[in-house]
Parts: sequence; C-alpha cells; structure tokens
Amino acid sequence: MNEPAAALIARGVHKRFLAKETGKIAHAVVDVSLAVQAGALTALVGPDGAGKTTLLRMAAGLMKADEGKLEVLGIDVAAHPQAVQDRISYMPQRFGLYEDLSVQENLNLYADLHGVPQALREKRFAQLLRMTDLARFTARPAGKLSGGMKQKLGLACTLVHPPELLLLDEPTAGVDPLSRRELWEIVRQMIQDEQLTVLVTTAYLDEAEHSARIFVLHEGKLLAQGTPEEIRRHARNLCFVALPPQGQPPRILQARLLDDAESVIDAVPQGGAVRFVRRAEVKSKNLDALLDGISLKPVEPRLEDGFMVLLRKRRDVPPLDTKALDTAASGDNQNPPENLDEIVIEVRDLVRRFGDFTAVDHISFSVRRGEIFGVLGPNGAGKTTTFRMLCGLLPPTSGFLQVAGVDLRHARAAARRKIGYMSQKFALYGDLTVMENLEFFGSAYGLYGTRLRERISIVIQQFDLAGSTDSASGQLPGGFKQRLAMAVGLLHEPEILFLDEPTSGTDPLKRREFWRRITALSEVGTTIIITTHFMEEAEYCDRIVIQDAGRLLALGTPKEVREQAGEKDAILSMEEAFIGIVERGRQRNGIAAVKEARP
Amino acid sequence: MRDLFRRIVSLCRKELLAILKDPANRVILVVPSLVESVLFGYAATYDLNNVPYAVLDQSRGAVSTQLIARLDGTGVFHRVATLQTESDIPHVIDLEQALIVIHFGPRFEKQLNAGEFAPVQLILDARNSNTAGSAAGYIGAIIESFNVAQRGGAGPPLTVESRAWYNPNLETRWNLLPGLIASLSMIQTLMLSALSVARERENGTFDQLLVTPFTPMEILIGKAIPTITIGLMQSTIVLLVALFWFEIPMAGSLGTLYAGLAFFTVASVGLGLSISAVSVNMQQAMLYTFMLIMPLILLSGLATPVRNMPQFLQIATLVNPLRFAIDLVQRVYLEGVGLLTVIHDLIPLLIISAITLPLAAWLFRNRLL
Amino acid sequence: MSRASDAGDQDDQAGFRAFWFRVISLTRKEIRQLLRDPGSLALGIGLPIALILIFGFGLSLDVRNAPVAVVLEDPSPMAADVVAGLELSAYISPVMMTSMHDAQRLMLTREVDAIVRVPSDFSRRLAAGDAKVQLLVHGSEASRATIIRSYVSSALTEWVQRQADRGEPTAASGQGTIMLVERMWFNSANTSTWYLVPGLIVLIMTLVGAFLTAMVMAREWERGTLEALFVTPVRPGEILIAKIIPYFMVGMLGLGMCVLAARFLFEVPMFGSLLIILGSSMLYMLVALGIGLVISSVTKNQFLASQLAIISSFMPALMLSGFLFDLRNVPAVIRLVGHLLPATYFMELIRTLFLAGNVWPLIFKNCAILAGYAVLLLGLARFVTRKKLD
Repeated sequence: MNEPAAALIARGVHKRFLAKETGKIAHAVVDVSLAVQAGALTALVGPDGAGKTTLLRMAAGLMKADEGKLEVLGIDVAAHPQAVQDRISYMPQRFGLYEDLSVQENLNLYADLHGVPQALREKRFAQLLRMTDLARFTARPAGKLSGGMKQKLGLACTLVHPPELLLLDEPTAGVDPLSRRELWEIVRQMIQDEQLTVLVTTAYLDEAEHSARIFVLHEGKLLAQGTPEEIRRHARNLCFVALPPQGQPPRILQARLLDDAESVIDAVPQGGAVRFVRRAEVKSKNLDALLDGISLKPVEPRLEDGFMVLLRKRRDVPPLDTKALDTAASGDNQNPPENLDEIVIEVRDLVRRFGDFTAVDHISFSVRRGEIFGVLGPNGAGKTTTFRMLCGLLPPTSGFLQVAGVDLRHARAAARRKIGYMSQKFALYGDLTVMENLEFFGSAYGLYGTRLRERISIVIQQFDLAGSTDSASGQLPGGFKQRLAMAVGLLHEPEILFLDEPTSGTDPLKRREFWRRITALSEVGTTIIITTHFMEEAEYCDRIVIQDAGRLLALGTPKEVREQAGEKDAILSMEEAFIGIVERGRQRNGIAAVKEARP
Repeated sequence: MRDLFRRIVSLCRKELLAILKDPANRVILVVPSLVESVLFGYAATYDLNNVPYAVLDQSRGAVSTQLIARLDGTGVFHRVATLQTESDIPHVIDLEQALIVIHFGPRFEKQLNAGEFAPVQLILDARNSNTAGSAAGYIGAIIESFNVAQRGGAGPPLTVESRAWYNPNLETRWNLLPGLIASLSMIQTLMLSALSVARERENGTFDQLLVTPFTPMEILIGKAIPTITIGLMQSTIVLLVALFWFEIPMAGSLGTLYAGLAFFTVASVGLGLSISAVSVNMQQAMLYTFMLIMPLILLSGLATPVRNMPQFLQIATLVNPLRFAIDLVQRVYLEGVGLLTVIHDLIPLLIISAITLPLAAWLFRNRLL
Repeated sequence: MSRASDAGDQDDQAGFRAFWFRVISLTRKEIRQLLRDPGSLALGIGLPIALILIFGFGLSLDVRNAPVAVVLEDPSPMAADVVAGLELSAYISPVMMTSMHDAQRLMLTREVDAIVRVPSDFSRRLAAGDAKVQLLVHGSEASRATIIRSYVSSALTEWVQRQADRGEPTAASGQGTIMLVERMWFNSANTSTWYLVPGLIVLIMTLVGAFLTAMVMAREWERGTLEALFVTPVRPGEILIAKIIPYFMVGMLGLGMCVLAARFLFEVPMFGSLLIILGSSMLYMLVALGIGLVISSVTKNQFLASQLAIISSFMPALMLSGFLFDLRNVPAVIRLVGHLLPATYFMELIRTLFLAGNVWPLIFKNCAILAGYAVLLLGLARFVTRKKLD
C-alpha cells in the first residue's frame, strides 16, 4: 500500500440537496477537487452557503457525495466511513458537549471512545487543560461555561487522542477575540508539536493567514486556491489607506468609497482611517474624483483584500444597491437629524445579579441621538444582560436606566414603539413566510392598511428581500435571515435600534453590506446600539464601551480607546487594544477566574 | 379599541399560522383524535359479548343439557370444550381457553328430581374480575329463570322492571365517547399551549414579542384564542364520531355543549400556558405536561367512575378540570340538561381559569427562575 | 487477508474489549445525565409512584355503598319486606323515601344512582301473582349502572326465592331448585385492584421504555451532540446499547416498586414465581425500549417523538391491551389491533403470573412472542440509527 502524500483528496466531488420547501435541487458542492496536505493547517474559506460545512461533513463520513471520490487518509470515505472515523477527529459548528456533564467527564468520555490508554491519559489531560486554561473548571458542568470556554472544551475533546486528521467547522464563530486567540494558539501548537493535520473552515479571514494553504469556495465551487501569499497577491498594489476629514467618522468616507463599486472593491474603517482596495482596471481619474483630494497611502494587502478581489471579480456577486438604501432611509424617516445632543439612553450604576453571580456590575454610560454606540467585550462579559435590561426584558437589580425617557420595563406600549430590537440569533417565526413575518410585526407596532403595505414595500426594497417573500423564513440562508431580522426591527422606524451581535458568524461580504446599512440609518438620525465580536467593526462606531466581567473597562471614541490601551505613540489595532484593556482589567481585579462563566 | 382588536387578530393569525404550517402538526391535530375516538369507542366496553366456556357434565341428564342449550342460545357464551374429568378444569382455565367452566356433579339430576337443592358449580377465571362478575351474573339470571319456569311454568310472582335513564342499553360506549370529547381535546390543548411559549422562548421569538408594544395580556389572549379554537375543533371531531359513527343520540343542544366546552378549554389552556411560563425549555414543558395529563385523565372519571374512588381521591379530583368537563359533557350530551343545571361544573372551571390565566400572563414577564 | 488466525483472534479480542470499553463509558455518561436531569428522573421514578397510588387507590371498577333511592308507595309490611334485602347488601346503601318526585330529583342531581320503586298496588298484585317493582338506573356511567342493576335485581329475586322456600316447600312440587355455586378462581377477593395492579407494570414499563427513551434519544439528535460523537470509533450499536442499559434499569426500578406495592400495599397475591415475573418483564422492557429507540431515530425531534410515543405505545397499552377493557368483549377488528400490540401479550402473561401461577404453556407462548418483538424492534432501531446526517 502506498502512503498518499495528502491527508484528504477530493476528486470531482458533487453534493446535491433537495430543498424541502420548494422541491428544487440545491447544489451544495459542485465538482470540487482538492488535496489537503498532511502535517499542516489548511483553511476552507468562502461566503455563507459556499458548501464548506457540507464538504467537511462528507470528509467525516457523515454525508455521502453524489458524485466524485473523497479519500481520507487513503481510505474511500464513502465506502468505509467507520474506518475513517476511527482515525480522525471532527468538531462540528455546534460542538455537542453534554451540558450536564462536567468538563472532566466530557473529556473522559471522548478519551474512552477513542480508546486512549489510561497511562497516556493523565499527561494528555494535563496538557489540554493547561492549554485551554480550563484546569480550574474541571468539575463545572459544561453547560455552565461561557461560549468561548465551551469551544475550547470542544476542541480539547477532539484532541484527547492525536487524530490523524482534525476537521474544524467554524471553531471561532461567535467567540470573542481573547478566546479566539487562545483557540488558535492550541491548534498552532498541536501542529507544531505533533505534526497535526488540520482542515478548518472559517469566516474570519485573518485566521486563515496562518494556514499553509487556502481553498476559496463560492456557491459550491472552488474559486481559488493557494498559499495565503498567493491569495494576497490578487490585491497587490491595489490597497490604500485614506484619512477622512477632521471631525468626521471614517464610516462616512468608507460608505462613499464602497458605494462606487465601479472603482472600489472593498473599503473598511481602520484605525481612524479608511482602508480600501481599488479595482485594477479603474482609471485613476475616476478614483481621484471619488476621493476629492483626500491623501492616500499605499499599504500591503491582507488576505481579506485578496479574498474580496477574488469574489468581486465574479459578476454574480452583485454590489449593494445603495441608491435604494439611501433614498429609502432618508426619504421616509420621521426623525430628521436634529437635536443631536439630546441624550436618548442613560444608564447609571446599573447592577444585575443572578444569585450570587454579578453579571452587570455598576455600569454607567449615556448615548446621544444619532450615535452608533458599540458595546464590546468577551463572551460572558454581561453585554447581552445589559442589552436585555435596556430593552426591558430583564429587571435590573439596582441602578437607574432610561431609554427614550422611560424605563421600558414599565413603559406603556407607545414607548416601546420607539425601539427596534434584533437579538443575537435569528428570532423570527421560522415557519412563517417573509411576508407573514413582516405583516405580523408591522401590525404589532400598530401599522395596518396602506401604511403597513407602504412600509413593507419600502423595507423589502431597502433590505433586498424581493423575490423571496413567500419562502418560509427559517429555510432562508443566513445572510438573508439577518437582513429580514433587521427589516423587521426597522419596519416601524424606531428612534433607537438595538443590535445584539448581528454580524457574528457572517462572512466579510455580508458584514460590509450590513454596516453600509447601519451607516445609512445613522445618517438619518437613528440611534444604534450594537454589540460585536469583530473588533475592527468598532471602528464604525462613534463611541464604544469595553465591558468585562460585568464592569466597564473603557468608554470613548475608538481613537480614545485605542490610546487608552496603548503605550504612548504605539499604534494598536482595535483588537490589540481590546485584548490589552481586558487583560489589564482582569489582572487589576483578579477576577478572571471567578467571573468568566455565565450564569 | 379597534387598535387593540387589530393587534389581537394579528397575534391570533400568527399563532394559527405557526401551528398549522407544520405538516406534522396538522397530522397530529386531526388523525390521533379521529383514530383514537373510533378505536376506543369500540374497545371501551365492559359489556359481555363473547364468553368462551367449557362444560363438565357428570350427570348427563336432560336438565343439564337443556341448561347448556339455553346458554349456547344467548349468543354471548360459546362452548369451547367439553371436559371429562375435574382434573381437566385447571388446564382450560389456566390457559385462558375458557373463562368459565360449568360443572354439573354426578348427582345433579338425582338431587333435582328428589326436590333438593341441586348445586351447579361455576368456576370463573377472575384474572379480570369485572368480566368474571358480569358473566356469573348473566348465568345466574339464566338459571333463575329456569328455576322459575321449572317450578310452575307460570310467570314469576314478582318481576323487576328495569329501565336505565339516558343510556337504555347501558352501553359503556355511550358514556365513554362524551368523555372523550373533553379528554382527547384536553391532551392536545395542554400540549399545544404548554409548548407554545416554551418554543418561542427557545427560538428567541418571545423576546422579540416582548419588546413590541404588545402587553402580556394581549400576548396571552393571542395565544389562548387559537389554542381554544383548535381544542374545540378537536372536540368537534370526537363529537362527529360519536354522533355519526357510533350514532349515540344527543339529548342536549349543541349551543349548550359548546358553551360548556369553551369554559373547559379556557381552563385547560390556562393550565397549559402556566406550565409553559414556568418551563425553561420545550423539553421541560413537555415533561411537566405529560406528568400532569396522566393523573388528570385517570382521576377524571373517564375510565372508571369518580364515585368508585375512595373519599380522599374524590376530594383530590376537585382541582381537576377534566373531571368537571366530563361530567358536564355527559350530562349535556346524554341527559340534555341546560347550562344552569351544570353550574356546579362551570364554577370550578371558571375558578381554574381565573387563577391560571392571569398567573401565566404575569409569568411571561416575571420568570420564576 | 493472509494474517495468521491467532492474530485474527487477538484482533477480535481487542475489538471486543474496545467495544465493551466504549459501551461502559457511554453508559456511565447516560446514567450521569439521567441522574442530573430532574425532569427525566421525575418521569422515570416519580410518575411510576404516582401511578401506583392512583391506580391502586383511585381506579376501581367495584361498586361499594352506592346510594339507591327506595320509594315505598305501598305502605304494606310485604312491600317493606321486599326491599329489606337491599339493606343487607354491601354494595348498595338504600335511601328510604315515599315520594317518587323527590327520588327523581335526587336522581337528576346524581345524588342517587338508581331508584327502586314499589308501586302502591304492589301487595294487591303480588297476591295476584304479577307484582312489579320498578328499577330506574342512571345510565351515564354504564359500567357502574350495570353493576348496580344486577345487585338490586338479585337482591329482589332472592326475596322471591326466600318467599317461595317459605311458602310452598319445594319438595311438594317434586321439582328441586338449581343453586349456583360460584368459585372465583385467581381473584378470591373479587376486586378489580387485583387485576389492575399487575397491569400497571405494563403501563409503567411502556412509559419508561418508550416515552422516556424516545425523548432522550431524540434530544441527542436535536442538540447536535451526536454529530461529534459519530466521528469517533464508536459504533451506532454501541450508542444504542448505552441508551438501553440505564433506562432498562429505571424500568426495573419501576417494576420493583410495582411488585412491592402490589404485594404489600395492595396485597395482591403472587402465585407465579418472582423469577419468571422479573424475566418476562425484562423481555418486555426490551420491547418498549426498542419502540422508543425506533421512534426517536425516525423523528429526530423531541416533540414529535413524545407525541408518537404516547399515541403509538402508551395510549394503546392503556386502552387496547386488555388492561381496562377485556379484549374478549371488543369487536374482532379491535381485538386484532390489540393483538398487534406487544403490551397485550405481556398484560396476559403478567396477570397470569400474579393471579394464576406458573402456567407454562402461556409463559412459553407469550415470552416467545415478546422475544420476537424485542428482536424485531431492536433490530429495526439498529437499522434506522445510522451515522449519517443526510
């Protein structure tokens, strides 16, 4: 038997699904051929619905390819799934930890199932617990861990015996930067120490930077492959940084650049400036007109830039219809941007306890009308608890709280009409169609008749929902659901919009689109409160707070927060600043151990 | 006011859509109650229809032959074996080949002709004592009439003219099916209402609902009305089976019946929504509901009469809405009484609703965690 | 494939050890989960206790002290004598009254279950030899009404018998009287508790086996815990065995409680051997577990699984297995449906074992049928549980 050089080889793999709703056949994976190198990290990237998870499940023997051949460790996985499963490890998107078993019991279970000998176990467990920093929590039920810790434990469970191939499906979706860093540290160390072969899917392009090889999937097809360097090369000489005019948040310039899809491929705010990728074929005259005299500085491309160039090259990735967006947002809003100094949210000394656990610990801040206000913090920092109190879903233990002049918990219906709320996960009726959801929530806010129909047709246009209004909402792809949820939150034109981790687990394309909409909304005076795990997204905000273990660690404009974190003159990215502030905060309080868990 | 009405209508519409869009749900709402009411309607009978018996006739006389012929003529008793010796008896009884062995001793005919008391032994398999008791009574009556006929041929000096009110043939089915009208719909309404809030909580839609201008009372009404409608629909299915399949005549008016059922369904929806409000997730809601349904049904008088229960359990049934509902439906259906007559059933149902519904609404916002 | 045979043996042995190792570990996990989930624990242990008490005390088909209105429209001593027999009955407690109107009112409000009316011309017509006594029963609870009717009429006919014996000596007519001597085998106390309580074992084991197991297995599908578990050396059969063991034990616990309650609380005799009772119950437990596992693997959804488990196993076990309603009395089609249910065979067996003793032919027949069902259902469960997500 000759050892194959690659741990996984796919040849012309094809997978179809029958969509239950429509009876149509969906092509999840189309004619994919690739080889995963042994002893290295390989990343599978691509927008939502690209077929990443399906490919991984086929590799794990959980699904069968309709056509083509998939060889894992030299074994035909379709014919002998068990032989493959005996030798690999797989961490699904939602790792099914047994929530009522303790950390140690979960580890023991997987060690038993993989037949790890007792003698080796102790050392392995000690190593894994040290790496995951879970040693203190071995007796705690897995269900009582924070999101980040759960992911780390899931990873530890897949590593109890050194697998010949490790499949990780979006291991960091919804995980905060600190835990994300720790997770990757573990994976990297394992690759280094044990020559582990890892195939990972991810929506975070910066994570793929460290991989030996990247496969870019799009709509089931393999779009490109290569080393990170080769992918980056697609954006060579196209990346620049532009500084916005004094006193203007960078998102304004970023929006303007992004809107000109003919000239600009991608634009994001970064460190108080705007980083953008131009189209190679665009004339510099057009670009100059767009920039209107703002000075540029060329920068080195990142992986994300190369990825965006690859995707935008394809004409089947349509740019956002920003015209409709702006006209819809401004033409119909009843709150013109005036009295911008008015404080619409005020929080003083807010406390929330669950038993003897303090989720929110004396926090105070205020938000002005029309601001984009970001709430950042690791998993279990109390962000969601704060949010739920603001929205009147949870009574505070003590403290003062006012939203639009009232405490929403006891407010009359009219006050609640002023806010819109979009929760962390998709929270609309999955069985109802898009139109039925819109109609229901519209009428919930007292819209009816022509007014309701008017608003619905506006948000359908604004959020690009046309064409799918009769599909069941639960069956829609992730990005679509997110747009629908936002459309529902904005149907009644709220003055204040609460968004709880709206971009968690979505790909860069969707995130650009999302923030473009937010910018448009803030321009017409809507106040937006948002939580996020993507630190670069903090750059879109006017002001941010960083929360950890229930406490407020920093408050100010992104620039002020970066400065607060850095030593003098050091230029930190928002992520570095965040990690610095949180770690310093934890050292100061010595509370990291006790408070990391959620209630 | 019109605004309120509009909001509630839209809530109900959403709720109904959410329930009925799922094809599995649609099946579960119709098929089980239809199948179960037909099946149980046939199965639930304490009436004797088919009694296998064996004969051990050691007297071999005319009287015993005559008696056996009478027994065979009933259509209920079927002779499955003719035994030769007493030692054969355990065999046919143990193996459940025969429910009864009729044993005529060797001296039977002689004793009878001598004008003495002639014993006939009846050996009964009382593993089901109910069937055995009925069968014994049946045979007793046959022998009694035989005695009387033997004695003089003339009619008996005393006849018992018996007549049963509301159920002339005393068929179990007649009181079971009206009972099922209430109980089958209760199983589903409890499940549906208990799961409705729990499901929304698990999916996160409940938070979305709470941040809208809806008040908890409106949400409650919006959840209750569709479930009540479905509950009444289920009752209708069983009612139709009772009326047109089993052709049990209905004495009362439909209006009265539905009014009474409405009272009951409101109470059970209140119970379900309260369960829903205290459960953390769907699984808990399901377990609680199931654990509640069992005693509710068993102690309702559906399978065995409440009057047969010991005193303390009869008192315990006073908190059971189904007990009142079954009484109510049976009385309206079979006896044809009006609402005023069953006021003692309506008041407890009202009390249960008045406690559970506001409790559920309050729990929507104030979780007991 | 040209390995030495003893190497193969060693391989088999290692494989077998690995198999047991995984099964034990999974079972341990299952037991821990069970012990930490108050809901399942309540359902597995609390509900059986509640059911034992409810069934044992609450469910009874026996009528005791039923109130019966006795309307004496004929004031003669003869009329009083005819109903005197009613007083002696343990089953009936007569309420004497004079107005039929009052009695009917009591009947309407269900304060009495029946009315015995002795009409005003009773003694006159008795002399003429065609006396009538009217018996009205409230038919809305048919079984109760039937029983009351037969008690009342037998009490009245007994009077006739006594009258006849006293009045004209039977010997004179040259014709004797047939006297019925009843012997209730297997239930000398003639109480429904004796046959309901053994049947309860069937219900409780169905509950634990089918309902609880369907729920916990469906939960694993729903929560996605199986996805990671599948990509390990674990075999689907091992997952099933690990689910079976703890719930089998819970079922045995329920069985133990039932047997103890039957024996000591309700004093049901136990003529059969305890060993066979336990053995056959284990067999049925496997059948119930098989039903639960098949349901959950097919639905993969807790809500559907629990609904199906109730509809397909528990309700039929309650209504169609002969637990309450004797299958001999139902129409042939329903009897056929009843005989498709494994619960029916276990019901017959367990009642025989408690009340009749070790009737070997019945034991063999029913155990064979149950074993067949167990193999069929567990095999089916193994067949439908696959390490596949599509």
